[in-house]
Amino acid sequence: MTQVLLFNVFNGLIVGAFYALMALGLSLILNLSGVINFAHGGFLAIGAYLAYSMMPVLGFWGGLVVAPLLTAFLGVIVERVLIRRLYGRDPLYSLLLTFGLAYILEDGTRYIWGAQSLPYPIPGWLTTPLSTSFFFLTGYRLFMVGLVALVVAALFLILGRTRLGMRIRAGTADLETVSALGVNVGVLRNLNFGLGIYLAGLAGVLAAGMLGLQPTIGTSLIMPSFVAIIVGGLGSLPGTLLGGLLIGVASGVTTVFFPSATEAVMYVMMGIVLLVRPRGLLGEEGRVQ
Amino acid sequence: MTAVDKRLSTPVIWILLLTMPYWMDAMGGYTELACRVVVLGLAAMALNFLLGFTGVLSFGHAAYFGLGAYGAAMTIKFMVPSTALAIVVGVIVGTVAAAVIGALIVKLRGTYFAMVTIAFGQVFYFIAFRWNTVTGGDDGITGWQRQPLNLGFTTIDIQHSDIAFYFLVLALFAFAVAIMALLLRSPLGRTLVAIRENERRALFLGIPVERHIWLSFVISGAFCALAGSLYALLSNFTDPRSLHWTLSGNFVIMAVLGGMRSFWGPLVGAAIFVVLQDYVSSHTENWMSVIGLFFVLVVTFFPRGVVGIIKRRVVS
Repeated sequence: MTQVLLFNVFNGLIVGAFYALMALGLSLILNLSGVINFAHGGFLAIGAYLAYSMMPVLGFWGGLVVAPLLTAFLGVIVERVLIRRLYGRDPLYSLLLTFGLAYILEDGTRYIWGAQSLPYPIPGWLTTPLSTSFFFLTGYRLFMVGLVALVVAALFLILGRTRLGMRIRAGTADLETVSALGVNVGVLRNLNFGLGIYLAGLAGVLAAGMLGLQPTIGTSLIMPSFVAIIVGGLGSLPGTLLGGLLIGVASGVTTVFFPSATEAVMYVMMGIVLLVRPRGLLGEEGRVQ
Repeated sequence: MTAVDKRLSTPVIWILLLTMPYWMDAMGGYTELACRVVVLGLAAMALNFLLGFTGVLSFGHAAYFGLGAYGAAMTIKFMVPSTALAIVVGVIVGTVAAAVIGALIVKLRGTYFAMVTIAFGQVFYFIAFRWNTVTGGDDGITGWQRQPLNLGFTTIDIQHSDIAFYFLVLALFAFAVAIMALLLRSPLGRTLVAIRENERRALFLGIPVERHIWLSFVISGAFCALAGSLYALLSNFTDPRSLHWTLSGNFVIMAVLGGMRSFWGPLVGAAIFVVLQDYVSSHTENWMSVIGLFFVLVVTFFPRGVVGIIKRRVVS
């Protein structure tokens, strides 16, 4: 029983790491630009499939490095061409635009790479379990958790220590003042969007190694990411991270006792959080409206 | 739009709706398609009660639509084979859900409100998808049929006659639309518009803003549930897709496409969307891309919607 429970807690942690990675990207974009990016799941799938296509040339590690970057580049282009013109309008419009993009990206992936699911080979030494009693601790899973931790740490370092990160944080608090101080807000939002999409692309490559490739791979991850942001608190990145891990572990544990409520449990948590702390666990009053 | 146009538009729409089953065939459509236009038009108009006339963005109305569908389907399959009761149960289930969720989120605004409605919109989808023993899981609820309508003195065979069912749908549509129109003309409706225009000022005037938004949310959810139960009866079937967030997005685009600031706009938007989707999905496998591109084009070039454009043309 302990083993089963441990297995599911660990599983939940991994799933939570995905949610967190995806939700952090969504959160970055939402905080600075006020855009709810429905197409995030589509970008995740693009990242995964790009890595798949580059596998014969660049191998697993090359794909892991290059595919998220290419995805981010695509995101930067999409922001410049389509999303930029909707800033300052009712959030309804950017929501609908990214909703349409999500349709196009999912269908495009299906058109290019086919609707059937594809295997995503990972290096052999990563697939063997580390011990027989803890069969679930394969190298790949540990590697994933480690890499996500590293990337999240790097993200917070970028936001906390670099000029770009400082401007992103300042823009989240008060974009008008930042603009008045001579920062090119258009470029800032553009880079920030790319950063968010980079995280989605990376989550895609990692998810592909665990779940295999399907055109719907991103759509199934996007709702939990929304829940993670709300539970953690809108406008707070540490909150988003916490929310992602929390709902991941919660649904992992629920799988043991009551499998059919695996997804419902996140929504119960969200309901409770909204009742007790309407701004989310680490959310602040009046940050994002 | 000038006063004459305004007086003309309502009768024109009613004449078109009343005669739709008779010219739909000639236009290459079919009676079921006409039904779908009216049902989804009702859902879009119900959403627009909240979106366009209260100024609150809900992106999760498929939840109430789908609950209406499941309520109606399960009533006929498991309880009583009565179409009337099925509709009543469907509406009650959807309305109760809207009342509970509305109470949870009424304090939130703007983007935050939209996010939470998106997330909550999906909870019933997962329940329907997972709870196989009751909801049939992914397959949905099949193996039942809408029942002939017994009025006491006569029986209307809506089960086999598509036209009869169309006019039942249209009658309920007329009832719902009349109530919404009356509500919008009442002090309540004026208050909702005042909240849309300037929430802070409404608050200073002593209007209990949160209670009004909640009320608008529940009314909107109730009519959406009515549309959902009719949708299940239309196809004698319902599945988790009637609860999925993509449907919520479709409702919003219908409202925007038709024109959010206009009463009839969402119906026009629904008609365009339903016919387009029907046409595209029977002509290409990549209908999702076409619909997605359609979203992008509407948002980029027609944010005011069809009715908004016509209005501007007439004025200038």
